Amino acid sequence: MRIAVIVFPGSNCDHDIYVAYKKVLNQPTDFVWHKETNLNGYDLIVLPGGFSYGDYLRCGAIARFSPVMKEVIDLAKKGVKVLGICNGFQILTESGLLPGALIRNDQRKFSCKNVYLRVENRQTSFTHLCSENSVLQIPIAHSEGNYFCDAETLSSLQAYNQIVFRYCERDGKITPAANPNGSLDNIAGIVNKTGNILGMMPHPERRVEKLLTREDGLKILASTMETFMRKI
Amino acid sequence: MKAKVKVVLKPGILDPQGKAVLHAIRELGYKNIADIRIGKFIEIEVAPNKSKKIQEEVDEICKKLLANPVMENYQIEYEE
Repeated sequence: MRIAVIVFPGSNCDHDIYVAYKKVLNQPTDFVWHKETNLNGYDLIVLPGGFSYGDYLRCGAIARFSPVMKEVIDLAKKGVKVLGICNGFQILTESGLLPGALIRNDQRKFSCKNVYLRVENRQTSFTHLCSENSVLQIPIAHSEGNYFCDAETLSSLQAYNQIVFRYCERDGKITPAANPNGSLDNIAGIVNKTGNILGMMPHPERRVEKLLTREDGLKILASTMETFMRKI
Repeated sequence: MKAKVKVVLKPGILDPQGKAVLHAIRELGYKNIADIRIGKFIEIEVAPNKSKKIQEEVDEICKKLLANPVMENYQIEYEE
């Protein structure tokens, strides 16, 4: 499986996800500069976290028009897997590949801490390695992670089982207190209708080795690899 | 000629920045201020004439890039 990690000016979690796929999961992984227009042969495209274009205008608004995005959108529509983490999720909503928007955290602050995520849909190519009633502990680090969409979009997300991760308590209970940023319905990550595009605010690439305290994030990254057999 | 674009969060969407400024204004002792909403103001230099084509282009730019229709509304005014 070949993985492209797209690097925008201001990406800063590109190396983390690169190491996770290349060194931890031993997959051929390349950095791809945002000026590139051909992503032929890649099975997974990652839009990493960071502050593309300094978050100017709105987070992800300018990166969405980087030359590489035309190709990302084309391939995503053809079914190639796309994973957007944090700023990558913001770029996916800005580009219209995922519905809704990420607005300013309700508590007004940049929030960097561990959160618990309940895996709401294990039938996606990003979560099939998660066990039933899985609760993952993965950190967030953002100011604009407050997921918003209109009521119609929310019911559609629910109806099509597109809500993949929700912020929860340690025991999996969904509570307002477990919601770190005011996200609608405690939403932390969603997929598109066809399930090949995942956007999530938490950073799975920061939990891929025991050295980094836990391996919860690896379940998500490894799920993207159909042939990945290692038991986690 | 200038196109002056105002981008504001849609009504009902939380504006934490506005809330913070509102708190500061209350701290200053102003009791009559009910609410504050903060938006963006963007000045675009356009060709001398306000042709239909230019207006369409500016509108398109707002829709595509300057405002996100999921959460924001925009207004355009032209100034000679």
